[in-house]
Amino acid sequence: MDETADVLVLEGRVAEVGPFLDVPPDRLAGVEEIRLEGKWLTPGWVDMHVHLREPGEEYKETVATGARAAAAGGYAAVACMPNTRPVNDGATVTRFILERAREAGASRVYPVSAVSRGSLGEEMAEIADAREAGAVAVTDDGRPVASSRLMRHVLEYCRPLDIPVISHAEDLGLSEGGQMNEGALSTMLGLPGIPAAAEEIMIARDILLAELTGGRLHVAHVSTAGAVRLLREAKKRGIPVTAETAPHYFTLTEDLLSAYDAVYKMNPPLRTARDVEAIKEGLADGTLDAIATDHAPHSVLEKDTEFSLAANGVIGLESAMPLILELVREGLLTPMEAVAKVTCNPTRILGVPGGALKRGEPADIVVIDPLRRFVLNRDEFQSKSRNCPFHGREAQGRALRTVVGGKTVFSRM
Amino acid sequence: MPFRRKDLLGIQDLEIDEIEHILETALSFKEINERAIRKVPTLRGKTVVHLFYEPSTRTRTSFDIAAKRLSADTFSISASTSSLVKGETFLDTLKNLEAMRPDVFVIRHSASGTPHRLARRTSVSIVNAGDGTHEHPTQALLDMLTIRERKGRLDGLTVAIVGDVAHSRVARSNIWGLTRMGCRVVVCGPPTLIPPGVERMGVERAESVEEVVPCADVLMVLRLQRERQGQMLLPSMREYSMRFGVDARKLRKASKELLVLHPGPINRGVELSPDVADGPHSLILEQVTNGVAVRMAVLYLLAMRGEGGGENDP
Repeated sequence: MDETADVLVLEGRVAEVGPFLDVPPDRLAGVEEIRLEGKWLTPGWVDMHVHLREPGEEYKETVATGARAAAAGGYAAVACMPNTRPVNDGATVTRFILERAREAGASRVYPVSAVSRGSLGEEMAEIADAREAGAVAVTDDGRPVASSRLMRHVLEYCRPLDIPVISHAEDLGLSEGGQMNEGALSTMLGLPGIPAAAEEIMIARDILLAELTGGRLHVAHVSTAGAVRLLREAKKRGIPVTAETAPHYFTLTEDLLSAYDAVYKMNPPLRTARDVEAIKEGLADGTLDAIATDHAPHSVLEKDTEFSLAANGVIGLESAMPLILELVREGLLTPMEAVAKVTCNPTRILGVPGGALKRGEPADIVVIDPLRRFVLNRDEFQSKSRNCPFHGREAQGRALRTVVGGKTVFSRM
Repeated sequence: MPFRRKDLLGIQDLEIDEIEHILETALSFKEINERAIRKVPTLRGKTVVHLFYEPSTRTRTSFDIAAKRLSADTFSISASTSSLVKGETFLDTLKNLEAMRPDVFVIRHSASGTPHRLARRTSVSIVNAGDGTHEHPTQALLDMLTIRERKGRLDGLTVAIVGDVAHSRVARSNIWGLTRMGCRVVVCGPPTLIPPGVERMGVERAESVEEVVPCADVLMVLRLQRERQGQMLLPSMREYSMRFGVDARKLRKASKELLVLHPGPINRGVELSPDVADGPHSLILEQVTNGVAVRMAVLYLLAMRGEGGGENDP
């Protein structure tokens, strides 16, 4: 629904939505009125792939700082990955994360728990128990599930639990030692490369396992043209697979690595202009359902070092919005399509409430000024970390106010 | 435009004139190395620090002799005995040494791009003595000097680089340098050891040594490291040697004037047979002699950068 309307929020829920709402004055008692001419009002955005680093690496980020960074970026909810220390492979760490999120009182945090114990890829983790405690999906993200047998069984096991299995698709044999995308540039830079095939092989495998088991597969951080092609074909065949990509995969290319600046080092790596084009096509035709930042905080210790020793990952919660809105300005996506990638699509995939401004839904809302111009400045971020590949970039489109359950968790109005 | 950079990090960005300038300067220093007293006061009072994170005897010795012949004070830090072992970052090590006011750092590191990263963070001149599998500029310069001395030119020559190009910084620097100077460069080796997209560096590929030898003016043979076994790249050193090892039989159709180069150290019997290594085509020892001259030239050009030559010139 794309229209000019009023939204009434009462007791944390959307009470009414419609143009020129006629609300009786007694109902309006104590209700704050905000005029938003020229602004967009959308469901609070949902980032289904972030790393909050707590427990264990609190020096990079905590649930609280991450949730605040999310709120500042216009996100009312995030799903956080289990590669913490210890790994979130059960109810205990899941509950800990939820408690931390409650204390922080910023964006919602949905824990994703591990596929395998310790994410070691050997034994299945206690998935149902974690689900019971509040986990919304499972993954061994950071690593692939190398064993096809384990991946098959997890897809089967999760079917009745109705949670997606999120795949970090990487053939470790092919990617071993790799520091960047494999190609002429990696050859010139003297850096071992990760071929696109390393990602595509595992996506192909996971698609076939999803077909075999009927389990719900979601592919994380898609970065290559070949991957988009495989997913498109799988969807045509009616396989229930969903997929996400990150803003860096539709805006940046491997050329940025020529100066060995590890701020651009990530996994999957930045690819070629051809891949960027294919990712955009995949977003436009619906092959890629969601955009998730893969927000991966690292401190200066992990990044300002020899390139081959530097950690993989970039933060993204506070730079995503203008980059996604750029796709609208380019004419690649309509505003509705773009917003769907970060609202109703991720909430549908994760099976969580929100993602829509409808009567009865939780009042997770974001006010966006689509015309606001600014320069992305990592030093102003709420995130604890500064590993941002977009620092200094001109941006347009900013969250003015983020509301979670009727409560304002961030405002720059 | 003469060579006036703060650092020598690689050949990729060098102009023809800069390469010429370094080679000419090297030639002028070569004569010093034949005198009875092999020392000139050119870099007296200058400090050269060798920071070798990756072990090396030959290159470090070559740089050290070069610096000492120019009367510079030299010091060597190797990773195993330095504070790097105590967990100090490489940048911290560099910064600490920088505070002692050296003039040139000679850096060798196993991580590609390290000298480039560090050059941005210090005002001290940096010479890349080899970074990962990326570049080894002084090696390429001495190779070009050696070829040119014998052939009188570089332009129009066909140079074949044989061996593990994928893991070779020597190959990469030579490809940049030789193509820039007008050579036709052909790489040759097992497909698993030829890196992806290498044609984009301006080279051709040959499938066998026999194919490339008849038209080559120069054969540059690369070392096959023992570590390449056990990485699923090759069946064995034996099979490599059979197919790509340069021996008299493979040189049957070679021109009499073919030059054979090798950056050293040689795995005799693997990539190069002893009779070719010691034979009439081989310029391997001349390469080493030229190496000292090239390194003297590079140290001179970097350390004397602000001073435009003077009374200490040779």
